[in-house]
Amino acid sequence: MKKDNFIKRFFAQREANVFVITVVAILLVQIIQPKFLNYNNLKSIMISVSLDGLMAIGLCIALILGGIELSVGGVAAMSCVISGYLCLQGWNIWLACLMAILAGIFVGLFNGLMVSKVGLPPFIVTLGMQGLSRGVAYILTEGSPLSLSGYLPDSFRFLSTGSVAGIPMLFLIFVIVAVIAHIFLKNSNICRSIFYVGSNENAAKQSAINVDRVKISVYVVVALLSTAAGILSLGRFNVATPELSVGAETTAISAAVIGGTSFTGGVGSILGTFLGIVLLKVVNSAMVMLNISVYWQDFVQGAILVLAVTFDYVTNKKSGRPNFFQKLLGKH
Amino acid sequence: MEETYLFEAEGITKQFPGTKALDQVQLKVSKGEVHALCGENGAGKSTLMNIIGGIFPPTSGQMFFEGEKIQPKNPREAQHIGIGFVHQELSLCPHLSAAENIYIGRLPHKRDRVDFKKLWKDADEVLSKFGANFSSKKQISELTVSEQQLVEIAKSVSLNCKLLILDEPTSSLTDKETKKLFEVVHNLKKEGMAILFISHRMPEIFEICDKVTVFKDGKYVCTMNTKEINSEDIIKAMVGRELGNLYPPKSSRIEEKQEILKIENLCGERFQNVSFSLKKGEILGFAGLVGAGRSEIMRALCGIDPKTKGRVWLNGKEQNFKNFRDAVNEGICYLTEDRKNQGLFLGMSIKSNMTSANLKAVSKGIWLKEKLERQLADNYVEQLAIKVAGIEYPISSLSGGNQQKCLLGKWLSIHPKVIIMDEPTRGIDVGAKSEIHNLLRKLAEEGVGVIIVSSELPEVMGVSDRILVVHEGKLAGEVSGVEMMTEENIMRLASGE
Repeated sequence: MKKDNFIKRFFAQREANVFVITVVAILLVQIIQPKFLNYNNLKSIMISVSLDGLMAIGLCIALILGGIELSVGGVAAMSCVISGYLCLQGWNIWLACLMAILAGIFVGLFNGLMVSKVGLPPFIVTLGMQGLSRGVAYILTEGSPLSLSGYLPDSFRFLSTGSVAGIPMLFLIFVIVAVIAHIFLKNSNICRSIFYVGSNENAAKQSAINVDRVKISVYVVVALLSTAAGILSLGRFNVATPELSVGAETTAISAAVIGGTSFTGGVGSILGTFLGIVLLKVVNSAMVMLNISVYWQDFVQGAILVLAVTFDYVTNKKSGRPNFFQKLLGKH
Repeated sequence: MEETYLFEAEGITKQFPGTKALDQVQLKVSKGEVHALCGENGAGKSTLMNIIGGIFPPTSGQMFFEGEKIQPKNPREAQHIGIGFVHQELSLCPHLSAAENIYIGRLPHKRDRVDFKKLWKDADEVLSKFGANFSSKKQISELTVSEQQLVEIAKSVSLNCKLLILDEPTSSLTDKETKKLFEVVHNLKKEGMAILFISHRMPEIFEICDKVTVFKDGKYVCTMNTKEINSEDIIKAMVGRELGNLYPPKSSRIEEKQEILKIENLCGERFQNVSFSLKKGEILGFAGLVGAGRSEIMRALCGIDPKTKGRVWLNGKEQNFKNFRDAVNEGICYLTEDRKNQGLFLGMSIKSNMTSANLKAVSKGIWLKEKLERQLADNYVEQLAIKVAGIEYPISSLSGGNQQKCLLGKWLSIHPKVIIMDEPTRGIDVGAKSEIHNLLRKLAEEGVGVIIVSSELPEVMGVSDRILVVHEGKLAGEVSGVEMMTEENIMRLASGE
């Protein structure tokens, strides 16, 4: 068998589309606004990518499973508030975080059990959980943000405000989580079952895969990723606010879908999702740099989503058919 | 003198990708006649019904209704012509009332409001004609199956249909309900309506039908007057075909004393007290009508569905499977009859499909090893002579026969002790069919226990060494030995005669 050269192999990947679009977008903005690629701006992009990125990873896994998770933003707010609230009550911050993590596991178990054992549609279950979890955040804070200035130890704040070799810790944590998730999803036999269930749940059952266990595990992992985002933002902003990550599920779904994750399950990758969230945040930042009103952000984000998915659909319509870039490069 | 028919179909052929479902068949139905259509599963009855009902067009052939040529393009057009079709699976809106279902799409109205008073009155009138004792205001989901059927029939009749097709109408009715249905059919007949009646049940055909047309393997066999014949004649017409040497030779070395699998008093939701044993070296066939409960027995025995009672022994050791994984770990596997919906991961590669039941074998620790995956897939692609362009291609690119072989390879990778194949060659062309039959025989010779469930009598007879016949959730009997293995014998047991 003849080995294809590197470029051809690269463009055979589904993620190639998003990658190229992201690079082109960055270059375009850089040409118009040369200040775009300076250190401070890059740093702020990295930070804004990280929190939503953690939730986008969760969404990507949930979508591969053939499910969906609409409570990521609510769970982030809940865990942020739980850890902040307990800290203000005099708890050790790490112990407070542990409680938030336990709450996150509970949420994941609840979502997973409702979806698998009870058999409710994940859309409904997690929509309900969105209200439940954000409700907990509002109840604990009575609606107003809790300030934690002076309560949080430096070791805790370092995780979200520090940087190593000029790279924000927050971004490092996100990248490490993404790399681990990518490797596990691609190469581990435990995660392969997620693809089987998402591709055809009945066939997975008839291949002796424990479908219920796979579903429950996925919802727990997704809830934990949101919990991590919540705890990290507590350290970052020094505030426990119930308004944290409102609408984060929309951004997370967009990032996953732009990255080639299929809404019908069985297809998707963390690398694509990573590129998806980077693309969204780069464009947001570009609009700020180009002095475009912030009111355009939602509009543009929606347009990117529709365009990216249409492009992906048209070029990958039939699996096995070469995509746009492969065609450009000739026979693959 | 030539008789005039209400409905005539001539030289109807229907070609599906890979198979010819109908080959130059004909059907003639007169006014006021109840006409039965008989044939084995796969003989082409439903295909013809669907063509008449406008669900899909024939590849070639002509149909006439009241002497005029018709070409219904969809069910609505067929309705306009005067053809009503009551499907085996009823097609009503469960959350609407009976009246709304009967007059769906043509509710009586005053200006732009629905005239409910008239609707209830009209619907009640139509329903009472059929001796219905429920109000037309009742929601469909609250009605029994037979009442729902009445609603369907009422719907067709109120559309002024002249030919009513009833597709296995009695399959889910009790004896009492069947009697009532027959009264309705009788009344309709008196009013001059023609009824096309599909059924597997011989006594019913003789009870209400005037004529019977028999199909076999997509071909027209004959049309007979029910008064002049008996059930033997119909069965003979349905099954009389040459078997030839399509099938591998039978086993020569069944070890009577060595029971690989033993089942005792297995009970589940749709079957009761099933006991049998599978001996080393034999292929055991399960025959019966669709819906008799064969697949359910198999699924319960492997732990896919829960069983309510019963014991299972594998090689003399009692087993208690809590789920399918337990059974697979002990070496029992089940290949589904519904390949597309329950067997394949259509969006995934051939390789991923083949490793899906045995990820442990292609991993080290928790990590999948690409090389082991490829080896496993390549190994079975070669061993089973599966025609693929490459194991990375999606499994949806393969033909039905090759897909089935992939699934067989997937399960061979667990080194099974017992293979249960449900409809092993459904939707597969003749060549691949006999390859799979030969494979099964080879496995049996190697000492693997093989059970096949098949609705195709020639297949079950050609492949099995012994056949168990299931009728309405119970074992109706056993057929073994070449002399006893006739389609007549099996059909008699399967239809409960």
